[in-house]
Amino acid sequence: MDRPDTPHTDEPLVAETQIERRSALAIWISRLEGPQTMGRGPVFWATAALVVLAAILYPLFSDPFAVGNSAYFMVWTFMAMGLGVVWGYTGALSFGQTAFFGLAGYAYGVLTINFGAAYGFTWIALMISVALGGLFAMLIGYFMFYGRIKGVFVGIVTLSVTLVLETFMAQTAGPQWRIGEARLNGFNGMSGMPPLTIPWPGGDVLLYPGVGLYYVLLAMVVLCYLGLRMLLNAPFGNVLVAIRENPERAEMLGYDTRAYQMLSFALGGALAGLSGALYTAWGQYITPSSMGLTAAALPIVWVAVGGRRDITATLLGTLAVLFAFQLLTVYGSQYALIVMGALLLFTVLLTPEGLIATAMRWLGRLVGRAKR
Amino acid sequence: MEFFAAAFAMAYQFGDAFAFLVISCAGLAIIFGMMGIINLAHGEFIMCGAYVTASTARMGLPLPLAILCGALVAGIVGMLVERIVIRHLYQRPLDSIIATWGISLIATQGVLIVLGSTMQGIGTPLGSIEVGDRSYSAYRLVLMAAAVALLIGLYFLFYHTRFGVIARATIQRPQMAQALGVDTRRVYGLTFGLGAALAGLAGGLYAPTMTMVPTMGATFIVESFVTVVVGGADIFVGAAPAAVILAAIRASLTAWYGQLFGQIGLLIAVIVVIRVMPGGLSAWIKGTRQ
Repeated sequence: MDRPDTPHTDEPLVAETQIERRSALAIWISRLEGPQTMGRGPVFWATAALVVLAAILYPLFSDPFAVGNSAYFMVWTFMAMGLGVVWGYTGALSFGQTAFFGLAGYAYGVLTINFGAAYGFTWIALMISVALGGLFAMLIGYFMFYGRIKGVFVGIVTLSVTLVLETFMAQTAGPQWRIGEARLNGFNGMSGMPPLTIPWPGGDVLLYPGVGLYYVLLAMVVLCYLGLRMLLNAPFGNVLVAIRENPERAEMLGYDTRAYQMLSFALGGALAGLSGALYTAWGQYITPSSMGLTAAALPIVWVAVGGRRDITATLLGTLAVLFAFQLLTVYGSQYALIVMGALLLFTVLLTPEGLIATAMRWLGRLVGRAKR
Repeated sequence: MEFFAAAFAMAYQFGDAFAFLVISCAGLAIIFGMMGIINLAHGEFIMCGAYVTASTARMGLPLPLAILCGALVAGIVGMLVERIVIRHLYQRPLDSIIATWGISLIATQGVLIVLGSTMQGIGTPLGSIEVGDRSYSAYRLVLMAAAVALLIGLYFLFYHTRFGVIARATIQRPQMAQALGVDTRRVYGLTFGLGAALAGLAGGLYAPTMTMVPTMGATFIVESFVTVVVGGADIFVGAAPAAVILAAIRASLTAWYGQLFGQIGLLIAVIVVIRVMPGGLSAWIKGTRQ
């Protein structure tokens, strides 16, 4: 865990501030690679750049519907990466990421319906919704981790939270359930909120599902992925992994495991909130069933099948599962769920690390052998 | 007389909720409470029991026998599932959640494809009784009696039979039991099968009162988890008192604020109980007794 690029606090800080600031940036950039994330070296980064380039060029060779559909896949990746941090890295299986997803989704709707989309307010609404998701997760996390709840009970508490929210929102059908202008509409869900809007001289740009939204989401996914890589290879990420491996040992080493778990959970909640707010903005629509039992289990499937202990595997796995699932639904929706269930069983029994993670490890070994 | 009628209505509500919680959670209490496996396919075992009960009953078998058939089939299916999947996951409890959820998906959707979106049910037997100016289903009173009988039966099974002693020993100290010559893998398999059979029994008992759809298991699963979590590891000092408390919460909230708040109250009760007494009621009761 002690690496040459980690700044030691007991070293005399004699360097000039100018140099110090540059070196801090260099440290963060060097954390793009590290022990907690798979993939390093020029081969990996060249492949990653090629993938991003392909993603950038993709709308040129495709119809707008398919592009909007791909944007829909990317909406979910934030929640999956958040769950990857909470479950894969910190070791707390949260069954209720959808609670934060739904909360932020509804918050985005309520805010934008009440205040409109002028002057780029949709982005402020997005940020407020994400912050709400994160704060709510921090509250639940405080309650759980400072109460020393662990293991499967974390899953049960979080599942209860999301089911409470679902049940509550489902009964808000009457006209008395409104926040300002926004009717909550019970089980039918809320609709009619504006999509994300970029203020532009000579007419705002409305990001309906299509090429514009696709690029915005692609940029966000890439930034979020790189940011998480840096965070997970930073001391913070190392402590999270230490907690996952052995909570008692981490605590004996002097780390306040409760605070780290809570912060990790809040981060997961904020990312789930980002997915929720983006989902509402994508389809201008949100219903209580987005917090139900089936919805709550879906992120777990993506992360488990992809590989929970590596953020790259989580991201790729989520996209792959979403894509495969939609393909299956198109060719026979009845069998899609059966294949899904079989895929889960297969993953758990044969590749406990996750399909994508196992494949990546195998590829890495192949590349390593080819180099020698 | 009016007072008596109101009191009966309240007691009926309470008893109904109590019976539902006890019957639906018994199987889960064994699989989760004792074995530590979170079985998300619990609802599908219930569905299996209900379907078998309904089809055998319509083929002319008397209802009690049909219910036993349902329990038996669910038990056999449970033992198969344990042999094929669960056996590999005793060391990885979090993975067992995912695996059982996969099973649940396959089962629900498979039944939907093979048997269609709904199946002809069987009517509620025994008619109704009149108290005051309202009428109540007599079958629900039978269910309340069945819940009590189930608890007594399980108590005898676990505390007064050889299987019970061996099962409890295996689950508490697997290595020790193995050293004493117990085939622990078989015991685990049988215990899981028993849990599944109890789920099937729940399905069979409730089959006459419900519409038969492949997703019917979902109606049970939240309540059963709530009861088991509040109760803790022991069925008798845990799940049974938990069912009493939760039934009281649910019956009163439902009576005053409606069904949805009854549900919300249950879920909030779980969160509070996990926070205040992590081991559930049974750990708390045993802790104060010593």
